[in-house]
Parts: sequence; structure tokens; C-alpha cells
Amino acid sequence: MSGTFVGMPAFPAAARDAVHDPTLRATLRHATHTIRDKRARAVAELPDWQRLREAGKRVKDHTLRHLDRYLLQLEESVVLAGGTVHWAADADEANRIVADLVKATGEREVVKVKSMATQEIGLNEALAAEGITAYETDLAELIVQLGHDRPSHILVPAIHRNRGEIRDIFRAEMGAWGRPAPDGLGDSPAELAEAARLHLREKFLRARVGVSGANFMVAETGTLVVLESEGNGRMCLTLPETLISVVGIEKTVPTWRDLEIFLQTLPRSSTAERMNPYTSMWTGTADGDGPSVFHLVLLDNGRTDTLADEVGRQALRCIRCSACLNVCPVYERAGGHAYGSVYPGPIGAILSPQLRGTTSEIDASLPYASSLCGACYEVCPVAIDIPEVLVHLRERVARQGGPGHRVEKAAMKAASWAMDRPAVLAAAERAATRTRRLHLARLPGAGAWTAERELPRIPEKSFRDWWKEREE
Amino acid sequence: MNSRDRVLARIRSALAGAPDAPAGPRDYLAAHVPDDPAAVLDLLHENLADYRALVHRTDGAGLPGLLARLLAARGSATVLVPPGLPPQWLAGTAATRVADRAHSTAAELDEVDSVVTGCALAIAETGTIVLDGGPDQGRRRITLIPDHHVCVVRAPEQIVASVPQAMERLDPGRPLTWISGPSATSDIELDRVEGVHGPRTLEVVLVVS
Ligand code: SF4
Repeated sequence: MSGTFVGMPAFPAAARDAVHDPTLRATLRHATHTIRDKRARAVAELPDWQRLREAGKRVKDHTLRHLDRYLLQLEESVVLAGGTVHWAADADEANRIVADLVKATGEREVVKVKSMATQEIGLNEALAAEGITAYETDLAELIVQLGHDRPSHILVPAIHRNRGEIRDIFRAEMGAWGRPAPDGLGDSPAELAEAARLHLREKFLRARVGVSGANFMVAETGTLVVLESEGNGRMCLTLPETLISVVGIEKTVPTWRDLEIFLQTLPRSSTAERMNPYTSMWTGTADGDGPSVFHLVLLDNGRTDTLADEVGRQALRCIRCSACLNVCPVYERAGGHAYGSVYPGPIGAILSPQLRGTTSEIDASLPYASSLCGACYEVCPVAIDIPEVLVHLRERVARQGGPGHRVEKAAMKAASWAMDRPAVLAAAERAATRTRRLHLARLPGAGAWTAERELPRIPEKSFRDWWKEREE
Repeated sequence: MNSRDRVLARIRSALAGAPDAPAGPRDYLAAHVPDDPAAVLDLLHENLADYRALVHRTDGAGLPGLLARLLAARGSATVLVPPGLPPQWLAGTAATRVADRAHSTAAELDEVDSVVTGCALAIAETGTIVLDGGPDQGRRRITLIPDHHVCVVRAPEQIVASVPQAMERLDPGRPLTWISGPSATSDIELDRVEGVHGPRTLEVVLVVS
């Protein structure tokens, strides 16, 4: 997996800087708490939430269990509907396929709707090396791109920027990319959004190639689905003549009807809305409506390695809602950049080391970027047991020695004796996850974390529950 | 070995010996509201409004007059008309009709003030209208580029209660656009701003028979 944030320090070092940046901490705290509270209300509207969650989990596990079969069915359906399917084993191959497809159109620029898969493979940089400019069109992605920056949140990539910073970036950078910012641009969100509208509209109206990811792909029908809010997705998906979608193989669902589960759980978990403003669904090409050429690039890039891990494969259920980020006490303090990956927060801590392997220092440190409090598991709409996978990955890092071992030692000063006794450590951590709400203060492995900051309050009710169980 | 075979082979070896994983029960609810057309209509109205769509109610006879008033209130001189929109809907307006021709460019559509369409269906629980490119809706781009979209929903026959009920009625072979309120962003300090790229104003007309 490329798209590693080059030169990023390992998690503990990067996080230490972030937690000492008071502006960043205040911005993050405000943002995560706002979304978190709204989400809880949106979820509470559905009395069958736990059943939807279970159904989503089961559908995803079933798909993963038969992924070869469903991918072949998907391929057949897309081709039948007039699309072309490409398979990419890794990032380089995916980038080469996309670059060649763009070059074949004779175009030198593409408009992009926000896509984590293309960020993961470093597509924009790869296209730039081929003389092709990729314009990000999601407002937050535009802020990130113009700011020569990295996204720091799955859903709100510019969550680390305040309005004054955004105005300064627009004023300084828009002109170099196209239509400059209006004179006297202020810092109200409405003015900033209007500036983005004008800047991007010029690009949409002349774009001939669009690049997207997808939230879901339906094997049965060949339908791709993109959920968004601003309409930039609709612009990229329907105005160009050629559409290229780069999608991770795990985004497959078997049937059309399966979408009814995720269209209920994803918006509520993500933006805390009953439904996001725009959802586009397309099946191949449609006569006279939208792109006349459609390419689907199916991306592996470490996903099959993840699939091979019995405990870790559940990470592939992820529908990228970002709910786990917003409840995570570690993410709230450290921010997304500390994770050194396009996938930040709890999901990033288990996904990145699996996609990229645990040989680098940052990847070996990610399984420690957690207090194992379990909040991420509770909000996850597909019930990924993130703490379980974290503990599992810690065992892997501990076993492999090398740079990972060194990082682990640094992260675990308080429990360093256990490092020479992996079995003891594993048992301790497993026990810790089982009673994880209780002792956030001193978990083995959380030492480096908790030494630096105040701890989340221990929920009283859970303590009582635990106590009762213990007494019985 | 090409990449297709390589990826498939990796999947098969990754899953060798993995336990069966049946898709499991679908015991979630088919809808979250009672099966009562009047209540479902009210819920749609409420949820559309909650998403800052402007909602109006009328009957068949009142529709042309209402549409004319909505376009006039907006000062719209031109209105985009999908090929199969019932002509009587726009019988009351003086706005110049603009047809969406196959070769109309995005820049031309950008000059039009408003667009009026029908819909495939509307979902009450989520406050969503769904377009499927039918003759009274036209191509996806015509409801995207103009800044003012008026969408007509026929009650009760075009209204479903829930997402599962919508999936049952929709045809995946058609290009589908689900719209819940006007275009919006919360990317700047989570302050909601409407109208980034899609229409800034969405008006929904519920025509009750
Ligand atoms: S792991 Fe779960 S909660 Fe986190 S982004 Fe993925 S689906 Fe959402």
C-alpha cells in the first residue's frame, strides 16, 4: 500500500506533537463531540438498529467468504451493462491502468469525487507524474489539496482546519489552480462554500474524464453506489464522457436488496442524517444519460492479505462511516495525521497495518494507538470488534521483533516485563478487552498513551454492571 | 498469470478452510411507521422540511397554478422541461420552456433558472425523492445544474414508507439519483451550508389525489 504519509514519524511521536497543539485539540474535540451526539440521536430513531447492524455484519461476512464468486458475478454484470472491468493487484498497477485510460482519451485533467481508495494508492501523485492533473472536488478535499496537506478524517477530511485558515488557503492558492478566490473573501462558511462553488463549477462544466470510488458494488446487478452531500459527486459521475471508478474488492455486496441495510445504517452512522443529500446509483452506461464510457478498476492492494487473517479479516467489513473516529478518545486528542495513513482512527489502526504489513515503524506502532476502551466497537454499524483485532495485531508485532518490537517497547514501558513473555501479555490484553471499560488508566500497552493526558471518565453504569457480575 | 487470476487465486488461498458464513437473518423492520397513507404523507412532508426542502401541497387542479407561482416567486424567466413532463403542469406559467436536447451542453443548462420534474418515488422515513431518468424526469444533469429544482410527487401512489420498500420498487438498470434536501456541506467547522454544487433550492410539491 502506497499513500503512506512519507516521512511521518511513528504514531507515538506524531501524536505527542498533536496533543500539544491546543487549537487542533479544541477543533477536533468540538467536531467529534458534535457528530457523536447527533449520531446517537439518529440511531435511536430506529428501534431495529441492532438487527440492522447484525444483518450488515452477516451480509459482509458472507460476501467475504465467497468473494471470488461474487467478484466474478460483478464483473459479468458490469460488462453486460456496457462497462469494462480491470483488475489491479496493487497500487502501482491500479495507477498505471487509470493513467493509461486517461491518456487514451487525450485529456490531461480529471475531476475527482472523494475516494479513499484512490488516496490509498496515491493516484493523484501518480497521475501528476504522467502529466495529468487530478482536481479534488469535495469541499474538504479541495481545502486539503489547495493547502498541500493531508486529509485527517474519513468524513470531514479538513476537520483540522478552521475557517480563518481556509480563507487564507483559498486566497493564496485558488488562482494557481483555476478561478481565483473572489476579492475580499471573508471567512464565513457560506462565503467560503460559494468561492469553492465558483472555482469548481468551471472545472465540472468542461471536464471530460471523471474519477470516483464507490461505497458499494452490487454483484447481482453490476450497480455502483456513491453517497455524498454536496453534488460534486453527481457532477463527476454524470457530466464527463468517461468515468473511471477505482474500488476496493471488499466493497462488493451480493444483491440489490442488500443495499437496503447499508442505506439505512451508513448515513446515520456517518453524518448522523436519516439520509445523505445525494446518492447516485449507476449500472454500466445509460443511453444518452451520463458517461458513455465506464471503467471499473477492482483493487486488491493488500486486501487479500487482510482476508487471509482469521481475526483481522473482519476489518474488510468496514463501510467507512467514521463513527469509530468520533468516539475514540485517542483520535480526539491525536488527530488523523498521527496515524500516517489515509485511514485514521480506530479503523486505521487495524486496517493500515494489515494492508501494508507491520514492518515499518509507523505500522508497527498503530496497534498501540488505542486505549482498548471499546467505544469503537459499540458504534460500528457492521460490528467490527476493533479492540479484538488490535490485540491480535499487537501479538503479531510482538512476535516479529525488529523495528516493531522496538516501538512496542517504547509504547509499553510500564509493562515491559511482559514483552519477554508474549503469552502472558496476550492473556493480559485479552482480559483487558473483556473488561475494557473498567481500567482505561493502566492497560498494558496504553502506558505511553495514558501517561500524556487525562483519561476518559469511566462510565458508571458499566462499572456497576461489571461489579454485579463479579459479585454473582 | 494476469492480475485477475492472481487476485482470485489469492482470495481462494486466503479463504481455504474458512468456516461457512451464511448471510443470516433479515429480521429488521420493513418499515418504521404504521401502514397509513395519510400518516406516511405527513411524515414525508415533515422529513423533507427537516432537510430544508420547501414543501407544498395541492391537488391535480391546483398544480399548474402553484407551479406558476413558485417560478414567478423565484423570478425564473426560463424553465427546463424533461421530454415527458405532462404539458398541463406548466400551463399556467409564462416562463420560457427550455427543452433538454441530447446535445445541450452543461454550460447551456447552467443558464437556465429552474427545472421542473416528476419523480420515481419518495421515501417518507428519510425525506428522500428518487429520480430514475423516466420521461418526466429526464437526464441526471438537468436536475443538477440549475439552481432551483421543483419536484412533483403524486400522493399516495408514489410514496413509500421506508428504504426497503423503495428498493423493491426501483429498477437497478436505470440511473438512480436519491435526493434528500438541497445540496449541503458541513465541511467548514461543521457549519451546515446549503448549495455547494447541486441546486441551492429544492421545492417539493405533493399532489394529493
Ligand atoms: S470500522 Fe465500523 S465504525 Fe469505523 S469507519 Fe468502519 S464501519 Fe464505521
